[in-house]
Amino acid sequence: MEDSTSPKQEKENQEELGETRRPWEGKTAASPQYSEPESSEPLEAKQGPETGRQSRSSRPWSPQSRAKTPLGGPAGPETSSPAPVSPREPSSSPSPLAPARQDLAAPPQSDRTTSVIPEAGTPYPDPLKQSSDKRESTPHHTSQSEGNTFQQSQQPKPHLCGRRDVSYNNAKQKELRFDVFQEEDSNSDYDLQQPAPGGSEVAPSMLEITIQNAKAYLLKTSSNSGFNLYDHLSNMLTKILNERPENAVDIFENISQDVKMAHFSKKFDALQNENELLPTYEIAEKQKALFLQGHLEGVDQELEDEIAENALPNVMESAFYFEQAGVGLGTDETYRIFLALKQLTDTHPIQRCRFWGKILGLEMNYIVAEVEFREGEDEEEVEEEDVAEERDNGESEAHEDEEDELPKSFYKAPQAIPKEESRTGANKYVYFVCNEPGRPWVKLPPVIPAQIVIARKIKKFFTGRLDAPIISYPPFPGNESNYLRAQIARISAGTHVSPLGFYQFGEEEGEEEEEAEGGRNSFEENPDFEGIQVIDLVESLSNWVHHVQHILSQGRCNWFNSIQKNEEEEEEDEEKDDSDYIEQEVGPPLLTPISEDLEIQNIPPWTTRLSSNLIPQYAIAVLQSNLWPGAYAFSNGKKFENFYIGWGHKYSPDNYTPPVPPPVYQEYPSGPEITEMDDPSVEEEQAFRAAQEAVLLAAENEESEEDEDEEDDYD
Amino acid sequence: MDADSLLLSLELASGSGQGLSPDRRASLLTSLMLVKRDYRYDRVLFWGRILGLVADYYIAQGLSEDQLAPRKTLYRGAPLLSPQVQIKEETRLVSVIDQIDKAVAIIPRGALFKTPFGPTHVNRTFEGLSLSEAKKLSSYFHFREPVELKNKTLLEKADLDPSLDFMDSLEHDIPKGSWSIQMERGNALVVLRSLLWPGLTFYHAPHTKNYGYIYVGTGEKNMDLPFML
Repeated sequence: MEDSTSPKQEKENQEELGETRRPWEGKTAASPQYSEPESSEPLEAKQGPETGRQSRSSRPWSPQSRAKTPLGGPAGPETSSPAPVSPREPSSSPSPLAPARQDLAAPPQSDRTTSVIPEAGTPYPDPLKQSSDKRESTPHHTSQSEGNTFQQSQQPKPHLCGRRDVSYNNAKQKELRFDVFQEEDSNSDYDLQQPAPGGSEVAPSMLEITIQNAKAYLLKTSSNSGFNLYDHLSNMLTKILNERPENAVDIFENISQDVKMAHFSKKFDALQNENELLPTYEIAEKQKALFLQGHLEGVDQELEDEIAENALPNVMESAFYFEQAGVGLGTDETYRIFLALKQLTDTHPIQRCRFWGKILGLEMNYIVAEVEFREGEDEEEVEEEDVAEERDNGESEAHEDEEDELPKSFYKAPQAIPKEESRTGANKYVYFVCNEPGRPWVKLPPVIPAQIVIARKIKKFFTGRLDAPIISYPPFPGNESNYLRAQIARISAGTHVSPLGFYQFGEEEGEEEEEAEGGRNSFEENPDFEGIQVIDLVESLSNWVHHVQHILSQGRCNWFNSIQKNEEEEEEDEEKDDSDYIEQEVGPPLLTPISEDLEIQNIPPWTTRLSSNLIPQYAIAVLQSNLWPGAYAFSNGKKFENFYIGWGHKYSPDNYTPPVPPPVYQEYPSGPEITEMDDPSVEEEQAFRAAQEAVLLAAENEESEEDEDEEDDYD
Repeated sequence: MDADSLLLSLELASGSGQGLSPDRRASLLTSLMLVKRDYRYDRVLFWGRILGLVADYYIAQGLSEDQLAPRKTLYRGAPLLSPQVQIKEETRLVSVIDQIDKAVAIIPRGALFKTPFGPTHVNRTFEGLSLSEAKKLSSYFHFREPVELKNKTLLEKADLDPSLDFMDSLEHDIPKGSWSIQMERGNALVVLRSLLWPGLTFYHAPHTKNYGYIYVGTGEKNMDLPFML
């Protein structure tokens, strides 16, 4: 029995010590408040029913503690720290553990107690509140003291039950985690200090049970989503505290949604993102190849060659000037285009190359480069078949058998106008396109006059795929690549201009001959060009000239007389009218100033401006076409450049009206032989018969008369 | 496009070719700031540039807190005296801007949300559209009071989220195909261009908050659109 009692006694002693510390601490805690001495006693009295020994043991300590309080009070937290240490020294081993424990438990508890502070009511009337007051005042003192008071508060749990519940409910939203942490810690703390559960353990379980119930409820998994509120709230709070958005309460619901969504999306990360990002990586690879190409052929000699025969234009310089005018594609994009052009010049034998512009399309865009091949290097394509076929058809029709009674068709397919030779007229330059820098360049086929003629009559968006069909009326002979080429030709002819004098005609030999054929075709740079003042370029349009031949309505730049070729066929059809004689079309000759351009319904065809009004001495002249929106030209007096960026259509103030189909061709002339006649009616038939009979009778009478006459004659 | 992110936005919208020259950019930045201060706008948008025969108009719009409230439009440029037409150029300008806004000003889904009290706000948790969403026309809304929402069937309405889907989407625009949607820089930027009002460019970088639109053009509707598609 004694054995059993002695450990009990020890525990009791420990309890005593632990508990005695508390009322002492309670007193120091209460010291700053004026009513302290009163409050300490009711506390002791309260604790009386729990542990009678406590009050007994407190008494020997109390004078000491009381003596200590004036020290502790005014000095504040600092002095109270040595004070609690000293009386604890005589205490047994649990004490060094206890401060350590309290240190651990202290920081979170301070938070917790601070949260409780706002809920404190008036201290005096309610013993509950008094103790809570004591708890409140602990933050003024050391953490150790707070730890003690926490333990203290654990003791009078049933009294404080209601209080703590309230505090818990309020604190739940904000510091659930910390509460739990504290609880766990303090629970272990508690256990360590009082290993054998005594009578005091029965009381706290009520609150504990409530807490555990609440926690279990929060941890309950949702039947729909597999989440539980506890985790969700803790995730959300972590996110908010990490990111610290402003006015978080306003976007609280959005954050909640985001956290939920984030939980799901992780699973599909590997699959989805790969598919989506693949094109990005692809194009990046291709563009990386652009950047690397220079290094692949790293030979010094090649470098010299490159610098010597540089076909590449200085795209960045032109881009800089155009940027001054507010036109351009952005520096990065332009640089990539620059590299792509370099790749083009490296892979093809190119004499000269120019960045023509960009044409926008529905699905993809086109980047266009204007290229001049070296002499004798360009590939001739055999695309004359179309022309040959049509001619054959015409001839075969003419050779139809004349025995046929079927009316002959007089329809002659109009002679297909042959395309211009390479390097002349509309086919002076060869054009390459690509969808994006890094993709391979595709050469556009040369343009045929028929395509230009029809391109003038239709207006279609480009899709971005070169093989897309063009469905239109009149039907376009070709697919998108042909249409694109035709529009490029039209735009070049209409909007490529240069300052007057930059180009001059070559040496003129046989002037008359050339003029008869529609004007001079060739020009060359003027080495003596001295530049024109920017102001002059802006003010007067006559300082700019077209340096690309105008395209006639026939579709060519140089007139082609289709009648000469028809002479063979004409021999057969002598009925050919003379109305087939076509007048030679004449267009404005090369290098005409743009002041001669026609207006469109009182809108001037060009708009000029200075690039900057604020600093005119370094400004450049900018020309903007109103006829082809998107065509620009700039000049700083010495240099010039043309550029196009747009959808590739001409401007028309009227709305587009598709052309009407031509009238149905007369297959054969109408005449009495083939015109249907009404069947004769009954009266008409009878009249006819009567007339016939009369005729017969008359004939018979005549005959009989003649016979009689003849007989008479013979007598 | 927002005045705050003007430089970045111009770079992103440069694919259409029309941008601003450096001196214009610099002067715009300062003047937009001043406008924001003087008129006390919540946001100032640089709307775009209307090209004229002689000079251009630069247009800015100011938005108050409620994003869908009628906006104030400010312009800078030389008014042209048009001898033939009786209408004042200014009136014509304002009507053109209004038409364009009603027709083709767009915004990605989720960028604005509607509060139960009525006013719409910028959604600060908008993280950008995902790539698959960005390629669909239904992820973009007209930046104006909804016109067609009420005509939707109940089934469709059930799928809508009333705080996010309170504007008309682009899916049902007439004529079909009047928007060109393209990915530039390999999937890093989605650009929508209107074919009905050529010159309107909308850009958005997926998975980021960058988006905006700018109009640079002559202010004329493309009436030939049905023939051109």
